[in-house]
Amino acid sequence: MNAVSVSRRSFLAASLAGGAALTFEAKLAFAAAPGAAAPAMLGVFVSIAPDNTVTILAKNPEIGQGVKTMLPMLIAEELDVAWSQVKIQQADDNADKYGPQFAGGSMTTPLNWLPARQAGAGARAMLVAAAAQQWGVPVASLTTADGKVMHAASGRSVTYAALAPVAAKMPAPDLEKVALKDPKSFKIIGKSRPGVDTPAIVRGEPLFGIDAHPAGMLYAAMVKCPVISGTLKSFDDAAVRKEKGVLAVVPITDGEIPAGKHNAVAIVGDSWWRVHKAREKLAVQWDTAGFDGYSTEGYAAQAKALLGAAPAKDLFKAGNADAALAKAAKVVSADYAYPFLAHATLEPQNCTALWHSDGKLEFWAPTQDPATARGDIAKVLGIDPASMTIHMTRIGGGFGRRLMSDFMIQTACIAKAVPGRPVKLLYDRTDDLRNDYFRPGGWHRMTAGVDASGALVALKDHFITFGENGKPMRAAGMLASEFPGPALADVHYGMSLLKTNLTTGWLRAPTSNAVAFVFQGFLDEVAEAAGTDLPSLMIKTLGAPRSFPSSDPDEPAFNTGRARGVVEAVCKFAGWTGKRSTTPGKGRGFGFYFSHRGYFAEVVDLTVADGQITIDKVWVAGDIGSQVINPMGAEHQMQGAVIDGIAQAMVWQPTEQKAGAITTENFGDFPLIRINQTPGEVAITWVVTDNPPTGLGEPTLPPVIPAIANAIKDATGKRLRSLPLTLA
Amino acid sequence: MAISLTVNRKPRTVDVEADKPLLWVLREDLNMPGTKFGCGAGLCGACTVILNGEAVRSCQTPLADAAGKDIVTIEGVTASPVGAKVVEAWTNLDVPQCGYCQAGQIMSATAMLTANPKPSADEVTAGMAGNICRCATYLRIQKAIAEASKAISGAAA
Repeated sequence: MNAVSVSRRSFLAASLAGGAALTFEAKLAFAAAPGAAAPAMLGVFVSIAPDNTVTILAKNPEIGQGVKTMLPMLIAEELDVAWSQVKIQQADDNADKYGPQFAGGSMTTPLNWLPARQAGAGARAMLVAAAAQQWGVPVASLTTADGKVMHAASGRSVTYAALAPVAAKMPAPDLEKVALKDPKSFKIIGKSRPGVDTPAIVRGEPLFGIDAHPAGMLYAAMVKCPVISGTLKSFDDAAVRKEKGVLAVVPITDGEIPAGKHNAVAIVGDSWWRVHKAREKLAVQWDTAGFDGYSTEGYAAQAKALLGAAPAKDLFKAGNADAALAKAAKVVSADYAYPFLAHATLEPQNCTALWHSDGKLEFWAPTQDPATARGDIAKVLGIDPASMTIHMTRIGGGFGRRLMSDFMIQTACIAKAVPGRPVKLLYDRTDDLRNDYFRPGGWHRMTAGVDASGALVALKDHFITFGENGKPMRAAGMLASEFPGPALADVHYGMSLLKTNLTTGWLRAPTSNAVAFVFQGFLDEVAEAAGTDLPSLMIKTLGAPRSFPSSDPDEPAFNTGRARGVVEAVCKFAGWTGKRSTTPGKGRGFGFYFSHRGYFAEVVDLTVADGQITIDKVWVAGDIGSQVINPMGAEHQMQGAVIDGIAQAMVWQPTEQKAGAITTENFGDFPLIRINQTPGEVAITWVVTDNPPTGLGEPTLPPVIPAIANAIKDATGKRLRSLPLTLA
Repeated sequence: MAISLTVNRKPRTVDVEADKPLLWVLREDLNMPGTKFGCGAGLCGACTVILNGEAVRSCQTPLADAAGKDIVTIEGVTASPVGAKVVEAWTNLDVPQCGYCQAGQIMSATAMLTANPKPSADEVTAGMAGNICRCATYLRIQKAIAEASKAISGAAA
């Protein structure tokens, strides 16, 4: 048996310290070469080559949400070039230079709508200034189009390429003052553009993290502690080291990987298949004391007991909910629940890193949040954040999983042990499903009162979630300002907390994907009790257009007028009559939700036959402000999010935990939605409002979940209050 | 022991363990990373290749079983007229979101349309049910297969 601390060093001497000399100039085969020789940089995002090719850096991680196409569209629009001239290149992580570079919270659009256009307009201003100087004419006499500057009075025109060397030396304009186009003259924004990587994807070119292959690369597989938060006690790697291709065994015990310990033993070698197979030869002992009592069943039993007690903490209290309920004409009460879920990105977690001989660390990483990863790695390994280079690869699905840094920290620990050799850590599917930052489960006891006129007058929610010391864990909270609370006089939202050893995190439309189901499902019950339908109850409760500030200072206010706009739009779009279904097995349901700055209302038609639920059609009305930037990308995000929501509602199975350990194996017991479970149609309509454009990665997802539950009630009379929705 | 196979019409010889799955032979030994690892259990279809005309899960195909066989991967799929039409339709409709599953989807669609150039809607869902798309691009996959089917039938007529 090796003591952990000793063994880390011993393997180094044994395997690699004297290894072959390797080039550190490891470059990915897929690292795009810049357009042509000597391109001139105009600002940090735009360079123009002598052939008038315009290279635009895409600064944010591409997880399939389309930002690698969308952000350059904003820049190209204001730069006033033809889209056909544009080449797009992924930027490395450098937030000081490029601004925020994360892919999360559907924030890329709201954060960049203005700055990206200003960057394009600033580069254009430098080109126009160069032409004005060259021709000795006023800037105001010049126009631009398709990568050229024109002087109408003299009929002269010149390409951006010809101006670029001079323009690059012009003083940078004040981006806050630079003129932006009137949206009416947009040529690129608002026009459908296919994904910039689509041609490379369909050719099978290496683009993803898993495809990174710096010269001399080694592979690593991990044996993880089966119980999250458990620690490595001891291991014996003598048998592993005899396996073909195995070069090193590296215990990973360094520090605290964000919000949870993820101890592991990594096996490093010349083939991932070999090192993965060698895992069975590793003898390892873990210390899981104190964590093996946690289980799915245990949480449910604790939650049931807590629901009956008073909340441990108030989230929001207005008026006197109990007194109002006592006076109400009707009182409705129901318990709702939803399970822990994994993210299951199709590209398993992976990362490639090279610990250079000078101590610098270089990554090829499918990360949604490189800046946070940089900080986390620096903290855990005790290194300078500036000593790291992070190349961002295309990402085979994010859904929030890759906002976390665990897989990068683990790779850094392994790379440190094999200096001079790039190494790729790859999880297998079971590793991936068990070592996640799970969407936390939760329980809600909802109680509502309606008055004689059918108006919602009082609401209570006792929310059972996970956390400690009065604070929910990551992605386990709910907003104190959750609608309809702020619209009512008598409200009490309270919270009680359970403990878990698991790590929790953001899953696409985090908290919203659960809370929407609970609130909109429950309000459908309230509407029924009030003798009305959910859209009518919503419109009545929303009332006059007004804004309710969010209880989270980082979150936007909730505007009841915009909410009403999409509720009415989807009802019109779907031909909603409010009448209950009269055809056995056919049902129709409604759901609304506001999240990630987007207002969405959805209607679901479904059929229940032989206990099977088939989604026939989904109608979506969305308000994301004044402009849809890339319509074909937008439609794709929304259809994908709706189907993802259907999957969460009825296909995905709970991530089960027994004796502390997650028991999920693979897509057999964690099934993902397939083509034969897809609705026939997802129809979309827009409500365009005079608000800055916001993102589409997430807000379409939440409303479909309650809409399905409500449609099942309509079809069968059965009210399902627990996810996944199953007709037992 | 060296094992010979044909990949995208080129003869290749690899000298690795005979039980190494074709997926990892392609990715690690033949430098063809277009074929993707998703589950390692034949459940997701990300690793689909065409072996002697049939769509197979390369993660479940030991190298020994591929010996002497004719293998088509995403890197070579456009060499067949059907594969070229499928890729063209995928591009026109901009099917990918993250794109990770799409090599497998294209290989399954190509094998299906080669055997059955005019599948019904039910045949499409049955034929493609083995390929998971976590981004749920299924509506466009259906459209792309319909477009490719039309193009293939048009070309044949």
